Amino acid sequence: MQKVVRFLLVLALVLPTAVLASSEGHNDHDVDHDTKDLTPEEEAERKAEREKNHRKHYVIHHTQDSHDFGLFTNETEGKHYGFPLPVILWDDGIHFFMSSKFGHGHKTASSNGKYFKLDYNNGKVYQADAEGHFLKKKVWDKELKEFVSERVEVLDFSITKNVLVTMLMVVLMFFLFRSIARSYKNGLAPTGAAKFFEPIIIYVRDEIARPNIGEKHYKKYMVYLLTVFFFIWFLNLSGMTPLGINVTGNIAFTAALALMTYLITTFTGKKDYWMHIFWMPGVPWPMKIVLAPIELLGTIIKPFALMIRLYANMLAGHIVLGMLILAAYGFSNYFASGAFIGLTFFMNIIELLVALLQAYIFTMLTALYFGAAAEEHDHEHAAAH
Amino acid sequence: MGLLEEFSIGLFFWQSVLFLALLFLLRKFAWKPILDSVNEREQKISDSLELAEKTKEEMESLKASNENLLKEARAERDAMIKDAKETASRMVAEAKDKAKEEGNKMLASAKDSINAEKAAAISELKTQVAAFSIEIAEKVVRGELSSADKQKALADKLVEDINMN
Amino acid sequence: MEIPTIVGAGLVVIGVGIGIGRIGGSAMEAIARQPEATNKIQTAMLIAAALIEGIGFAALFAA
Repeated sequence: MQKVVRFLLVLALVLPTAVLASSEGHNDHDVDHDTKDLTPEEEAERKAEREKNHRKHYVIHHTQDSHDFGLFTNETEGKHYGFPLPVILWDDGIHFFMSSKFGHGHKTASSNGKYFKLDYNNGKVYQADAEGHFLKKKVWDKELKEFVSERVEVLDFSITKNVLVTMLMVVLMFFLFRSIARSYKNGLAPTGAAKFFEPIIIYVRDEIARPNIGEKHYKKYMVYLLTVFFFIWFLNLSGMTPLGINVTGNIAFTAALALMTYLITTFTGKKDYWMHIFWMPGVPWPMKIVLAPIELLGTIIKPFALMIRLYANMLAGHIVLGMLILAAYGFSNYFASGAFIGLTFFMNIIELLVALLQAYIFTMLTALYFGAAAEEHDHEHAAAH
Repeated sequence: MGLLEEFSIGLFFWQSVLFLALLFLLRKFAWKPILDSVNEREQKISDSLELAEKTKEEMESLKASNENLLKEARAERDAMIKDAKETASRMVAEAKDKAKEEGNKMLASAKDSINAEKAAAISELKTQVAAFSIEIAEKVVRGELSSADKQKALADKLVEDINMN
Repeated sequence: MEIPTIVGAGLVVIGVGIGIGRIGGSAMEAIARQPEATNKIQTAMLIAAALIEGIGFAALFAA
């Protein structure tokens, strides 16, 4: 059993390389329009530049959410392999169809008399007309100080790849932890999966919740902390699979979690918490007036930093991994490629650690904020008087 | 790649819904029972430990009381031995005293009898000496008293002697 | 001449790097001095590093 797990682990680490390799072989079908009046040097430079941009775009695209579940792409033939996902749009009524209608941005999807087109580059859906042109609207641009035309975005509630993965993860976590909970009915000693997860649960309780929130109040936050910890960790790990999933490296996901933390902190805040924001005890009154807006801003900045931290860490990890994998194919020298594959392997292990670390830090800081909200500062008042 | 540009309201909506669903599902079906049973077990373990500690303490006190008992017994034994020894020595002393007394008594009675014997002997000696004296005196007197003058002179002399004595 | 924002971001990232490096180094020293306080030191280190890191991200996204 252990051997199988170890084998799967190694496979999971190596596979991203293989999968991205199968979708490699890019770029040659890009047709140049204005090469004829360029000198050979300029042409070479442009080609290199284009190549660079293409690679950058290729990697970034793999970190983005998408409307279909792509397994791999054969770029030489321009074919995508995978399966379509349901698209749900709101544009004067609900529109429901499968994402295969978009044809990866090449086709215009029609639904209930409206036309929609997908921009494959940023994964967003825009209104279009029957001929497949994007509809434009005039928008005031603050920086240019003039009206610019912009494509009209549609409210998009599609079951995208990230939503699907999250749904699967919710189901997986539900069954996993329910089975663990049930295993305790047979006896108090942990068995099976509980043997692995119980120490982690106890760690979250004893090392994260208790010291940061305090013995008195930690119990009511345990459910949220445990859920957040395992949710982030599992989704981080799902990003380590070769399917190119990047849920936690998506700003919408981290924003949802950070908002939850903010709401819980705000609504469970005790009198002392608000007092420390609006009327900081122990400082002279002019300072209190200065501190109040800063503290108030701090309550928003804290969850914002939570959001950005998780997002940036996971996104950066994926981009670095993607770049390294691409770099392994950028060399004709076998040794250089081999070195980059080794480096990718190493980075994968680091990312595995980061997956846990980021879940830990998110939970830890959340617990810290909850602790500030729930705490009753007897000691500080004593010090202030 | 601006933050706002990438932000998708739909994804945000779905993530929030899914997360809340997970939160409530896990709270009901997982965390509550898991934390409860973990707490229960910890309670059990700490109770058992406490019990063990208590038992150990009891054992210790039992051991201590045993030791006390043993000590007492030993002291009692020692006292008994000491008592016996004392009694024995007292008896010996008493016996000695008695013997001494008896001896003394015997000695005294012996002395008394010796004295009595001695007195008797002396008195006998005295009587015998007196008898001898009388005999001698008779013989002397017979010689002396062969004439009347001599008888008279002797009588006078005797009387004088006796008076002088 | 205008300095590109990315240069500023780079400077901030250098600062953040130095800051986190110092936190890590100090934490190592502290752990070496007091191995029994490892847990507390690690927690404090991670929190401080995370806060500084936040500044770095803010700079990166501003650029």
